[in-house]
Amino acid sequence: MSRVDTFHPFARVLHWLMSIMVLTMLFVGAGMVTSVEAKHAWLLSIHRPLGITIFILALIRLGFRLTHKAPPLPADMPEWQKLAAHGSHWMLYGLMILMPLIGWGMLSAGNFPVTLWSGFQLPPILPAGPALYAWLREAHRYLAWLFFLTFLAHMGAALMHGLIRRDGVLQSMTGGSND
Amino acid sequence: MQEPKKRPPPANVAGRWALIGLVVVAAAAAFAYVGGWLTPSRLTPKRVVDALQASSGEHPGYRRNHAKGICVGGYFEASGALAKYSSSPLFASGRTPVVGRLALPGGNPYAADSSVPIRSFALRFDLADGEQWRTGMNAMPVFPVSTPQAFYDLTVATSPDPATGKPNPDKAKAFFMSHPETGPFLGWIKTAKPAPSYVDETYQSINAFYLRDANGERHAVRWKVVPETPVAGDGGPAAGDTDYLDADLTRRLAQGPVRWHLQMILAAPGDPVDDATKAWPDDRQTIDAGVVVIDSAQPQANGPCRDVNYDPTILPHGIEISGDPIIVARSAAYAVSYLRRTGEEGHLPGTAHPKEDQR
Repeated sequence: MSRVDTFHPFARVLHWLMSIMVLTMLFVGAGMVTSVEAKHAWLLSIHRPLGITIFILALIRLGFRLTHKAPPLPADMPEWQKLAAHGSHWMLYGLMILMPLIGWGMLSAGNFPVTLWSGFQLPPILPAGPALYAWLREAHRYLAWLFFLTFLAHMGAALMHGLIRRDGVLQSMTGGSND
Repeated sequence: MQEPKKRPPPANVAGRWALIGLVVVAAAAAFAYVGGWLTPSRLTPKRVVDALQASSGEHPGYRRNHAKGICVGGYFEASGALAKYSSSPLFASGRTPVVGRLALPGGNPYAADSSVPIRSFALRFDLADGEQWRTGMNAMPVFPVSTPQAFYDLTVATSPDPATGKPNPDKAKAFFMSHPETGPFLGWIKTAKPAPSYVDETYQSINAFYLRDANGERHAVRWKVVPETPVAGDGGPAAGDTDYLDADLTRRLAQGPVRWHLQMILAAPGDPVDDATKAWPDDRQTIDAGVVVIDSAQPQANGPCRDVNYDPTILPHGIEISGDPIIVARSAAYAVSYLRRTGEEGHLPGTAHPKEDQR
């Protein structure tokens, strides 16, 4: 078998914690913009603090990832798959950091108070402007789609490693045995 | 470091691929369900705004409702009388700047001022700590319907028929017959007259909210802004004048600021808090929270209210939404309307360009 090392326990904890948070965030966002009922308000009240939490954890995770080497991919993986694996990982990192920033910037551009919870606001990070608001709002929407599609590919690939190739890649994140 | 030695292929590869496919498809389907793609009959904010557009026509760059209006500016001078009911610093005595908008209901920015007997007043209070209070009020005592679905159905029932270009009275009649909660509104509008001035009107929150005091206690309230010195009519607009409201406001402001009292009405136990079709009795305890003073007006095309979404759920601490479903639906629909007009303003791909104001 092609033995792959496991990720550092801290990286594994962050990965699984953030996977739950990001997935929740994507579903909250999709439900929030398509509902008119009371849940629209409570989804919105979850969306902002959760987004900022993801942003902070993503920065910590990026710092950790840049200072701690990830286990290598199996040598027998086709080159295109390795490229896709690396590309999608950096895409996920980028989106975890960019999406909260765009959301924050978009509220700033729309001159909305960036309320995390009642009585607590973040300062605006962009000048007010309707055109800027609209562009960022649409970017937030389309990048959320990209985020979800990248997640599906990531999850599908992880299952492929664990169930078909059984090459230790999935276990490098679950921490389970390779056998 | 890695042994190229292959382990034997797993048993039932096809079944394993099917399982992976199933998990991915299930995740995608759950997302599609939450996003509303699997339930096209579900009421979404987009459908509400589409219905408003179908009712009034498309006017790029304008609000999808309350399209015709004028920006006003001034301040709120709190009396301090409300401070024990709400922890918001807004109600401790002192001044807070406001950006307001006086407008007509409806999505047509070229509607005649006399076409509707209702006027609206929206306000954004900019608190010193960065919090905001946004409220959109209307010069009427109750809302016609109590749920977002009924509002959507009402909009559809009273929209022009594509065949005739006119609303079909039978459809409207059928709607009102099947919605008895519209009774109080219909009773009021029968005698309502289009006011000759924005200044003399009383504007009401209609929806109920909660104040939360420093001890954490909630108080159900509605509010209204009442003109301080209603002026007896100056003869009203000349016959055939369709744009008299802005001119009247400008004339009044030239003589000095205009003032409204913000009156907070406290619910008595048992008063309906979550139903905007039901008025509260007139004798409810009312607290004068202070004065809204308007001292300037600007056309909405370039005034400071143009880019404000008067979302009624943007509240400072000390004011909270109630369970009235109309409040949240307004927030959701305003967001869609706001994106449409800012997108048109920003020339986003696929949006119509705002027309030059031809008037």
